[in-house]
Formats: sequence, C-alpha cells, structure tokens
Amino acid sequence: MKNAFKFDRERLLLGIAGPVLALAVAFALSVLVLVASGLDPIEPFQIMFSSLQEQDVQVLIVNQWATYYLAALAVAVGFRMNLFNIGVDGQYRLAAVLAAIVGVKVSAPGPLHILIIILTAIVVGSIWAGVAGVLKTARGVSEVVSTIMLNAIAGNLIAWMVLKDQFGEQAEGSNDLTTGLIDESGWFPGIKVSDFAGEIYGFVFIAAAVGVVYWYVLSRTRFGFDLRASGASESAAAASGVDAKRMVLVSMLISGAVAGLAGMPELLGGTHTYSSNFPVGVGFTGITIALLGRNNPIGVAFAALLIAFLDKASSQLNLEGYPAEIAKIMQGLIVLSVVISYEQVRRYGQRRQQHRVGEELAAQAKKNRKEVSA
Amino acid sequence: MATVTDATLKQPAGRPAKRFRLTWPWMLIILAGALCLVSLVRLITGADDITSVGQVSAALRLAVPIGLAGLGGLWSERAGVVNIGLEGMMILGTWFGAWAGYQWGPWTGVAFGIIGGILGGLLHAVATVTFGVNHIVSGVAINILALGATKYLSKFTFQESGGSAKQSPSIERIDTVTLPGLSDWMKTLNGKHWFLVSDIAGFAGGVVTGISLLTILAIALIPATWYLLWRTPFGLRLRSCGENPHAAESLGVNVYKYKYVAVIVSGALAGLGGYFLADAAGIYQEGQTGNRGYIGLATMIFGNWLPGGTALGALLFGYTDSLNVRSGGDNVHALLLLLVILLALAVVWQLYKRKPVPAVFTAVVAALLLWWYLATDQVPSQFVAMAPYVTTIVVLALFSKRLRMPKADGLPYRKGEG
Repeated sequence: MKNAFKFDRERLLLGIAGPVLALAVAFALSVLVLVASGLDPIEPFQIMFSSLQEQDVQVLIVNQWATYYLAALAVAVGFRMNLFNIGVDGQYRLAAVLAAIVGVKVSAPGPLHILIIILTAIVVGSIWAGVAGVLKTARGVSEVVSTIMLNAIAGNLIAWMVLKDQFGEQAEGSNDLTTGLIDESGWFPGIKVSDFAGEIYGFVFIAAAVGVVYWYVLSRTRFGFDLRASGASESAAAASGVDAKRMVLVSMLISGAVAGLAGMPELLGGTHTYSSNFPVGVGFTGITIALLGRNNPIGVAFAALLIAFLDKASSQLNLEGYPAEIAKIMQGLIVLSVVISYEQVRRYGQRRQQHRVGEELAAQAKKNRKEVSA
Repeated sequence: MATVTDATLKQPAGRPAKRFRLTWPWMLIILAGALCLVSLVRLITGADDITSVGQVSAALRLAVPIGLAGLGGLWSERAGVVNIGLEGMMILGTWFGAWAGYQWGPWTGVAFGIIGGILGGLLHAVATVTFGVNHIVSGVAINILALGATKYLSKFTFQESGGSAKQSPSIERIDTVTLPGLSDWMKTLNGKHWFLVSDIAGFAGGVVTGISLLTILAIALIPATWYLLWRTPFGLRLRSCGENPHAAESLGVNVYKYKYVAVIVSGALAGLGGYFLADAAGIYQEGQTGNRGYIGLATMIFGNWLPGGTALGALLFGYTDSLNVRSGGDNVHALLLLLVILLALAVVWQLYKRKPVPAVFTAVVAALLLWWYLATDQVPSQFVAMAPYVTTIVVLALFSKRLRMPKADGLPYRKGEG
C-alpha cells in the first residue's frame, strides 16, 4: 500500500516536471532572444503580466481560450488514438465559412438559427476530416499527408467561396470580402462585462462543456477505453476485439466535428461573419496546446489559457515599443521544449522504474540465497 | 497519370519491374504521344500560350523551389526522418538569404539561404534524432518557430534599412543566361503555331531562354542526389538507415551520424529553394514560400521517394503554378480537355484489362470534366492553385499500394534497442 502511494506520487511529480521544465526552458530562451536583440529582457514580461489586470484583456483572453480549447481538444482526440490530425486548421476554417454562409441564407427563430449554424459547422468539419479518415482506412494513405493537402485545398476553396460571384460581399470602401452578416437571431448571447471591455462569449461555456464530455467519454465509456487502447497498442486492441479501422474513422469524424466547433465562439459571439480577417493557424496552435496539456482535458484547459494569454497580452507590447512577435517565438519554443522535456522525463521515469525493479529483484535474490545457505 | 507513376516506379532505383519494363524507347514513345496530345489540344482550343516559350520558362522557374524542397524531403526521408518542417526551413532560407543578399550580393545570399535552412535542419535533427521526439511534432514546431522568428527578425533588420516589417529592401538578381542564336530561332518557330513543331520549339526555347544560374545549379542537384544516394557507399548506408536502422547498426553504420547528415542536407536544400524564391522576386516578403514546402513534400511522395520522380512532380506542379501566374484561366480551361482525353484513354485501357468498375468510375469523372469544360469559359484561379494538392491526394489514393516509402520512415530509433 505504501509502495503504491509512493509510486503515484512519483508519477505525479514526473507529470508536473515535464511542463514546468519545458516552460522554464522556453522562458529562458525567450529572455536570451530579447537580450540578443539588445532589448530589456524582463520588462516585456512585466508589461504582459500587468496587462492581466485590465478587464478588456481578461475578456479577450477568455474568449480566445474557447477557440483554442476546442481546437486543442480536436487535436487531442486524434493524438489519443495515435492519429495526427494536422488538418484541424482546414476543418475549422471550412466549417466556419460554410456555417457563416448557411447562417446568412437561413432565417429562423433564435435558438433554432444558432443550432442550424452549429450543426452545419459540425457536419462540415467532420466531413472534411472524414475524407482523410476514409483515405486512411480504405487506401492506407497517411493522415498526416492527406490532412496537409486538405488544408491547402480548404484554403483555396474558401478563397473561391468568398468571391463576389459566389457568396461573398464587399462593404463599400473596404477591401475585405466577407460572407455577409448573420441575422441577430443567429448571435449567441454573451455575458456583458462592461461597455469598455465588451462581452464574454456564451460559447465559452459550451467549450468548457465539450471538455467535460471529452473527459467523460474517454475515461468513463467503453468507446473511450477502446480508443485509448487502440492508441496505446493497436495489436492489443485488435486482439480484444476492437475494429481498428472503424476506430480510426470514428475518431477522425469526432476530431473534425470538434474542429468545426472551434470556429463558433468567434463566429457566433464576435464577428458574425466570415472574412479574410478570420484567424488562421488556429489548428496549429491547437497542436501546441494539446501537446503542452498532454491531451488531458484539464491540462489542455490550462495550456489553452497560457497560449491565449501569450497571444492577447503580447499585443500590448507593440504599444510599449517591444515587438509582439516575441510571443510567437515563445510559442514555437514552448512546443519544442515541451516535446523534448516530455520525452526526457519519460525516459528518466522508465530508467528509475527499471532501476527499482532491478534492485528489488536483486534484494529478493540475495534473500533467497541466504535462505538456501542457512 | 498512370504513365507518370510507371516512369517513377522504374527509374534509377533499378527495382525489378513486375510486368512491363519502362525502357528508353518506351519512354520516348510516351513522351512523343504526350506532346502530340498537347499539341492537338492547343490546336482545338486555340490556347497557344500553353506551350509558349514564356510559359515553359516560367514553369521551369516555379518548379525549381518546389523541386528543391522535394529533394530536401527525399534526403531526410531516405534516412528515415519524416520532414514536415520543410516549409519552416524554406522560410528560414528566404529570410536569411534575403538578409545577406541585399547587403552583400546574391551569391552571399545563396550561402546564407543555405545556412538558414541548415539551422532549421539541425534543430529538426537534434529534436528527432538525439531527443527522440516524434518527427511530425518536431516538424510542426519548426514551422511555427520559423514563422515567428522571421517575423521578429524582420522588425529589427529590414525596417531600419529601407524595407518594412514585412519585406526586405530589393536584392540584386542572380545572372541569367540565354543561348543567343537558338533562343530567338525557337521563339520564331514557336510563334508560327504549327502542329507539334512549334510545341517542341516552345519547350526547347523555354529551357534556353533567360535561365538563372541558380536554376542550372538546382537541375544539376537532381542527378547529383541520385548518384550520391544510389551509386556510392555513403548513399547505401544513408538509405539503409531509412530502411532498417538496426540492421545498419549491426553492420557498423553510425546511424545517428547519417541521420544528422541527411536532415542537415535536407534543410540546406530547402533553404536554397527558399532563397530561390526571394531571388526570383528580387525581394523578401512575408509569406513568400506560400506552402511550397508542403508542395515539395507532395512532389516527393508523388515521385515515390525517387529523385527523377520528384523532379517530374516538381515540373508538373511548377507548370500548374505558372498557369496561374500568367493569368491562365483560359489555358487551364484548355488543359481540362487534355485531362478528359487522358481519362478517356484510361477508360479504354481499363476496359481492355477487364476492370469494368474502375472504368465506369473513370468514365464518370471524365464526363463531369467534359461537362465542366463545355459549360464554362474559364477555370477560377483558386481551383488551379488547388491542383497540386488534389493531384497528390488522387495519386496517393490510387497508387498507395504501388508507392513505396522507406521502411523505417518516421519510426523512432534508439541505438542498441534493436
């Protein structure tokens, strides 16, 4: 009993050591970058932290969190199954643009209108991810390559769809092509904080709920068990009767559906239209976050908060004469140091375990020998 | 499409052909047939630009960066390291090359472009080979990091010397060569719009007109890669690391070293490709690589992890790219007809082979394309830009059983764990 407790504590320690080590390394490297560019290495971080006290920045961070959390969960579903859905970005964008178009074309009473938009996003996201899933299960095409290609195809499709000949609109005196504004019945109600700070998107709570569902399905249902089992060892899962191909397809569809949701906080709560300003690269940020949060719903939530903070607080840096791009560098450094430190910590844990097992076996053997000689 | 894969399958690697061996005479016949078809389509549609000297030379210019990225991917994956980070390495190549290029001339730019790519490659090698990080994760990280780093650096450098936060001051271009007599002669011949003769003149003229010294270098790198990887002991060892690293290890090959060399060369090639873009534009611009690293990866897969196939893929994708650049809505429209004819030939072939189901499928696709051709006058440029990606997916879906990637590609390797 005592041993089991000790083992768990060690695992917990090792689990925390990974991200802490990674963040420390990333921070140290960012400081080095700042020093190398002849800037004050500490003040940018002070500015970013002090901006946290301002209400508008807080609201921005919380709203951004919802998008990042959903994108990261989409990636994490795949990761749990050893699937690399690099295509979350394309799925999210294509879902957002089509949901926006449907939202403009359809008019319905409030909740129904919103529901139609959300369902469109879910369906589009999962279809786009499903293409990669079918290619993998039916033809053995690596999902990494196919989703990269599908990202690019989605980008071009979107560029074509927002043209004026198709579904695009152009406001007078603006270069931006948009899909037109969704009627107010299709706006997701938010919580107003103040006139200055704006409102917190209502979809933030949906994102949190999706996190709870993710936790429940993965750790409390048969399906989740099968999914994690296939990820850990495909042959073992197959031996216990799991249909690997079906699992690949289903988890791709789920991943795509969640990716489709990722565009909704912004679309339903913020812009109410899809324009060329709609954020790009969210899927890739999602990969960073899922890695940092180790695919764990709570870990991912914290990781999403951290990255949302870096994103939003760094825009204050420009006002103070520091390049906000330092946050982008930090993100890249975080991914790299996170994966390296996780791998190192894992190996260290493995060595410790081997060592301990070896010691116990040696002690046992010694005892046996003593007994024999006695 | 079928001919292309056949060609790539049976190229330098010297893999024994199962049914039909693609020998030189066959290749020439296929080439001649393709030329006749293109020429025919040109005459029917009147889209004379599809084989003009300008079009071909633009295609060649656009194929070079894609091909270099593809070769980069080839080096790395032949040693068993998947390289999604090509895009990031290309970005580093454009930035570093442009930064040195506008200050100290284009050839220093080339050197620095290569160095920039090498930095990315080195990072990828450290992460994947030394630290055993998943190759795809590391590649994604490098893409993110390269984008962030170059944006950051641009603010410090270009903004203070006549550029802006998004672009560099202009760079002196690398010299181009034109074969004086031949080029003009080919241009005149091309201008006559005769059947076949003018098309051949167009291709020949495109190759000898206004070709950058860097292009010549890039073309030379293709046979050089083939020779190094398939005809030297060094190449054999490097490829053995991609096929079965533990077997290589047991024969005394230092697998780590070879993987490092391969990934660094990969970065250098991608970086060179990146600088080529800056050189072609005469300036560095943010987002200049435009996913060409990913297209390079696609060409390598399209080319079945072989240099000849990669080059062919790069030419094909460079050609579609050039159609877009030269406002080619009409030209692409003409090429739809070519695609329809090719698919019709494929239907005949499939029927001859008694494969009714694929034949019907191909026929439906051909009919849809024909309808598209007849119902419209132009193909939107967005669809043209999609072509390389769609082609790659189609090729992967149709021929994934015949494509053969290195056996241990992307797998983790630790010394002494075989």
